[in-house]
Amino acid sequence: MNENLIVSLKDIVVDFDGEKVLDGLSLDIHDKEFVTFLGPSGCGKTTTLRVIAGFITPKSGNVFFDGKDVADLPPYKRQVNTVFQKYALFPHLNVFENVAFGLRLKKLPEDVIRPKVLEMLETVGLKGYERRSIHQLSGGQQQRVAIARSLVNQPRVLLLDEPLGALDLKLRKEMQLELKRLQREMNITFVYVTHDQEEALTMSDTVVVMNGGKIQQIGTPQDIYNEPCNAFVARFIGDSNIVDGVMLKDFLVNFGGHDFTCVDRGFKPNEPVQVVIRPEDVEIVPPSVGALVGLVRDVIFKGVHFEMHVDVEGYEWIIHSTQASQPGELIGMNIGPDEIHIMSRAEV
Amino acid sequence: MLKSKSSRWLAGPYLVWMAAFIVVPLIIVIYYALTTSDGAFTLANLTQIGRYTSVFVRSLILAAEATVLCLVLAFPVGYFLSRLRANKQHIMLMIVMLPMWMNFLLRTYAWMTLLEKNGLINRFLGLFGIGPLNMINTSGAVVLGMVYNYLPYMILPLYTAMTKIDDSVIEAAQDLGCNVFHILTKVLIPLTGPGIATGITQVFVPSVSTFIISRMLGGGSNLLIGDLIELQFLGNSYNLNLGSAMSLVLMVIVLLCMSFTSSFDESEMEGVM
Repeated sequence: MNENLIVSLKDIVVDFDGEKVLDGLSLDIHDKEFVTFLGPSGCGKTTTLRVIAGFITPKSGNVFFDGKDVADLPPYKRQVNTVFQKYALFPHLNVFENVAFGLRLKKLPEDVIRPKVLEMLETVGLKGYERRSIHQLSGGQQQRVAIARSLVNQPRVLLLDEPLGALDLKLRKEMQLELKRLQREMNITFVYVTHDQEEALTMSDTVVVMNGGKIQQIGTPQDIYNEPCNAFVARFIGDSNIVDGVMLKDFLVNFGGHDFTCVDRGFKPNEPVQVVIRPEDVEIVPPSVGALVGLVRDVIFKGVHFEMHVDVEGYEWIIHSTQASQPGELIGMNIGPDEIHIMSRAEV
Repeated sequence: MLKSKSSRWLAGPYLVWMAAFIVVPLIIVIYYALTTSDGAFTLANLTQIGRYTSVFVRSLILAAEATVLCLVLAFPVGYFLSRLRANKQHIMLMIVMLPMWMNFLLRTYAWMTLLEKNGLINRFLGLFGIGPLNMINTSGAVVLGMVYNYLPYMILPLYTAMTKIDDSVIEAAQDLGCNVFHILTKVLIPLTGPGIATGITQVFVPSVSTFIISRMLGGGSNLLIGDLIELQFLGNSYNLNLGSAMSLVLMVIVLLCMSFTSSFDESEMEGVM
């Protein structure tokens, strides 16, 4: 396991004007992995990225790169490159010269630089754009130049700071797939920062959910979505219903005035817990056969499905269904054992 | 927005002003430069200027020295200012411009009392047994006066150009392998090219034609073009025709210098556009 570690952060503390932005953060990143830092703004995800890039020197803690401590290494000596949120292209240089910038600094001969730059431009889909000025490019094209400019240096790790934030939805989806493809093709580590949970789930091998300068959960997109370890993660990754319950014994939980079988165990008998249920995991049935009965308050059409707000004994539930009920209607609700996720109160 | 046809009239008042106070005087200067005191055509005024070559050369050298010094001093200051938070930027800019609000003569007089044989600096150095140093009436004092008076005109355009450079562009340069020196030569200087050109023009042109600074701080031995011209109009050697010819030559020199810097400016702008 340790062999393919590429970046290791140990007890990183960063503070700006006495305010702790990163609070003892430790994290291992494996080689050739697509890792995403996900969290709300101000959670410390960009700061973590900048610590890896070398733009921020942590107050305490160590940054290891390939097992070596790089805390004192300036950014230009690290084997990482960054794609910036605002592209940060050089406005006085054309597309070719922007991409060639890093290679020229290494004083490579022109006949090495030229094919490398042209190949990289082709890889990012900008063949024939090399003589264009930066100002003649659209936002998406500028972002591609920024990515090419970084990748042409063959970094071990590419850091991406919300690179798609300024693009429209359709272009963003395209670029998500494109980035994933590039990561596989180049076969290097990508560390990606975003506040968009869907983006994180789509692209990543590993998602690191952050809040308040601390890591909340690390896992595969499936883990994070299906098994959120606390209420923050559950709420941040998609919609979820979080209700109070009591763990009667292993595999049996009571909430909403009904006993449900579940797949969780290891809690004390009658331990108060919180129960997480995804809105799409609630099955709507006639009231007479439902484990729970709720009163429909609102129905909102969302395109693929309807979102319903349902009152169940004072808790407002969100339910996603392809069939709409009417506001004011009573519905029955069933939940399968696999769809119930239990969190102890202490984790909240 | 006004249509271009109606907005054309907005320039009217200035066009009248320009005709009356710029074009007409210019024609008068050219007329005087090319005539004798009797009004007969001659090139003698222009050919006579050859005798003052040393004065012209000295003016150009001292102005160039002052311009280079201003550039070297202003570049880091401009960068520092542009990276400050907005509210601090305003305060610091005020401080930079503060000397410009004081009377030009007064500012230069102040330097006289500092640099004199019995001036403040020499008296201070005397406490340690140094000096007195010979500072006033040297070409160095003239350059100092130019730098002191015109430095803000260099700082402001550089600062303006640098505020347009985003932090992330500099970080990107670092990220791609730039050390401090490369950031300067590959990113900052190319991106501030237009500001540098404006600053050079704004410092060089008044420096090369000044006469007060050289007279107050340079004594008699550091005569500049400005002094020479002043002598022809207000001084003992009263000769309007020669003075006009000198003004004309100075104007041509300044024009040449400006077209040189603006061609530099344009080539930089091509990169930007």
